[in-house]
Amino acid sequence: MSLDVSASAVSEAEILAGVAPRVATVRRVVQEAYETYTYWLTLDDPVVRRAYRFEPGQINMFGVVGVGEIPISVSSDPARPMRLAHTIRATGRVTNVIKGLRPGDRVTLRGPFGRPWPVSAARGGNLLVVAGGLGLAPARPAIYRAIRDRGAFRRVIVLVGARGPEHMLFRHELDAWAQWLRFRGIETHLTVDIADDTWPYGEGVVTTLFPRASIDPRVTTVFTCGPEIMMRFAVRDLLGLGVPARRIWLSIERNMHCGVKLCGHCQLGPYFVCADGPIFRYDEIGELMGVAEL
Amino acid sequence: MRFLDEEGFGRLMALLAARGYVVIGPTVRDGAIVLDRIDGAKDLPRGIREAQGPGAYRLEATGDHQLFAWSHGPDSAKRFLFPPREVLSTATRLEGELRVDPAPLPEVRYAFVGLRSCDLHAIEVQDRVFAIADPAYRKRREESFYVGVNCGHPGGTCFCDSMGTGPRCAAGFDLALTELGGGFTVEPGTARGEELLSELGSREATGAEAAAAAAVTDGARERMGRRLETDDLPGLLYRNREHPRWDQVASRCLTCTNCTMVCPTCFCNDVVDGISLDGTEATRTREWASCFSEEFSHMAPGDVRKSARSRYRQWLTHKFASWIDQFGTSGCVGCGRCITWCPVGIDVTEEIAAIRVTDGEVAVAEEVVA
Ligand SMILES: Cc1cc2nc3c(=O)[nH]c(=O)nc-3n(C[C@H](O)[C@H](O)[C@H](O)COP(=O)(O)OP(=O)(O)OC[C@H]3O[C@@H](n4cnc5c(N)ncnc54)[C@H](O)[C@@H]3O)c2cc1C
Ligand code: SF4
Ligand code: SF4
Ligand code: FES
Repeated sequence: MSLDVSASAVSEAEILAGVAPRVATVRRVVQEAYETYTYWLTLDDPVVRRAYRFEPGQINMFGVVGVGEIPISVSSDPARPMRLAHTIRATGRVTNVIKGLRPGDRVTLRGPFGRPWPVSAARGGNLLVVAGGLGLAPARPAIYRAIRDRGAFRRVIVLVGARGPEHMLFRHELDAWAQWLRFRGIETHLTVDIADDTWPYGEGVVTTLFPRASIDPRVTTVFTCGPEIMMRFAVRDLLGLGVPARRIWLSIERNMHCGVKLCGHCQLGPYFVCADGPIFRYDEIGELMGVAEL
Repeated sequence: MRFLDEEGFGRLMALLAARGYVVIGPTVRDGAIVLDRIDGAKDLPRGIREAQGPGAYRLEATGDHQLFAWSHGPDSAKRFLFPPREVLSTATRLEGELRVDPAPLPEVRYAFVGLRSCDLHAIEVQDRVFAIADPAYRKRREESFYVGVNCGHPGGTCFCDSMGTGPRCAAGFDLALTELGGGFTVEPGTARGEELLSELGSREATGAEAAAAAAVTDGARERMGRRLETDDLPGLLYRNREHPRWDQVASRCLTCTNCTMVCPTCFCNDVVDGISLDGTEATRTREWASCFSEEFSHMAPGDVRKSARSRYRQWLTHKFASWIDQFGTSGCVGCGRCITWCPVGIDVTEEIAAIRVTDGEVAVAEEVVA
């Protein structure tokens, strides 16, 4: 019996990249925020390392041998795929073991998986990134790409919110963007729910930055990533401003065990978040997001 | 169409074994007809039939000599092609060096004897899930041999006729048999099947035998235990996500996961890491999982499907609606196992019919009375 496998949406190449775990070495660990660290990794096999490419918003299945494998977005610059960053908050069984990783430790990676941020869809118009908390990690590769390709957009606007200053990721980098990159046309605005004396930016939830960004709904493409509740409010306000649903993109999280449409865990209605997402267009999933416990 | 007498059938079993296949067929164990390794026709459930209903299964002796006069038990080929537990990779750590090796591809070749049309269809449904990304599945699947049996004895919970998956074997077999008194009519489905058949000493079937074989499945169609109206099931289920019937069924469902374990198409699985006691070797294993468990949808901020209502809705909607979006086929082949093996006898055909008669009804949140 020989099988016709042409019906599947996943390509053979993707599968070959995805089935076998590859060993990678932790090179550097940087604390970013409360309980959140960036792990800089290189793949051990030089052939695999040189061939590896990823798109902004894609994930790797990040494995600690003997402990487990979890989906983590790549948070580094897609133009430099030989050094991969994953920015991870310790919240449970696997991530608490990851927190103990030190330079020289070995992990496994499978990937990259998933549908990326469609950065080129914003070309010719304005790109607006709205990130909340840890949601900045999956959005950062898209911002890097926009910075490198700044001339392709009219405006590039980055709005970031966090619960408090100690929860703001990539703080030094954001300070640099806010102060210096505005001269290169990257508009960065930051806010925290509850500020302290040291905080020089805004106070309030991320949507309070919208008026300051003076969004032009006719030419703006939005990428939003963060807690689901934050994205709901952001989308509601953006639709209210007149941004069409088909130009709002968001990143969805679901439990994932495989990354290649095999395990069934990541289903959201008809979609597999690992392959059809994690980045979705709002008109594709808005209705599903409104159904409790789907 | 050829005719094979009982001895010829015995030669078929022997030839499959001689060609290096592990022969898997129906046999009686622990009060049920299960699928297991068999050593010949003597292990088959001769003169036995079963009675099935919602939450009920019982074997009975018929006193006749038929080998296949029953409907399937809890097992399907899934248990062999997609084993309940399978090592995916092993990792060793020696002097700081980490090595990860994918599990070697399986060497076993199965010959399945006696699969019904619904179960042959179920294999093709799982192909669409596993055939690309799971090389071990693909190898087992491609190297196995499939002997189907046209069904003359549908169970009390069967509805393959409604799902278009039976009772006559239409595809997915190397050989298809129809049991008549004293022998079998045989049809090859592949060149491989034809070649094997040529070695068995069969003869051309008579017109009367061909007519008798057709009558077997025609009769089965009439005696189907259940029916399901399948018209626009995706539309029906998608527009009734808040139907009150979900609460009603959830009040009976024990979320025991039985239905998903016996279903021949359910493919969900967990990937689990384990480690040896001295910490030098780790294995990554895949195990059957079920959307009926709460951990299935676990995320650090909270489980997505906390209520039994949402999990039953996920399962049923996946089987009959979203599966079609995902894989271009229904996830249900109408085998009825989920009805028979549900401890409280929940019946998918009844649940869907109940939603259909009150299409569009919406659960109203209960008033909180002060
Ligand atoms: C598309 C996507 C991108 C992600 N990107 C990042 C990132 O860049 N940085 C980061 O810190 N986290 C990210 N996460 C979340 C991260 O996967 C979870 O925090 C992690 O799985 C928690 O594992 P745990 O074992 O420590 O937690 P536990 O609560 O002990 O969870 C046990 C298991 O449940 C599953 N699980 C738990 N929480 C989640 C979750 N939120 N999403 C998916 N599966 C979960 C995992 O299989 C996990 O091993 C992402 C999730 C998804 C789906
Ligand atoms: S859902 Fe029930 S009837 Fe349908 S294939 Fe699965 S076990 Fe059989
Ligand atoms: S429907 Fe029946 S078999 Fe399935 S989980 Fe509920 S009680 Fe168990
Ligand atoms: S993560 Fe396994 S199917 Fe998507």
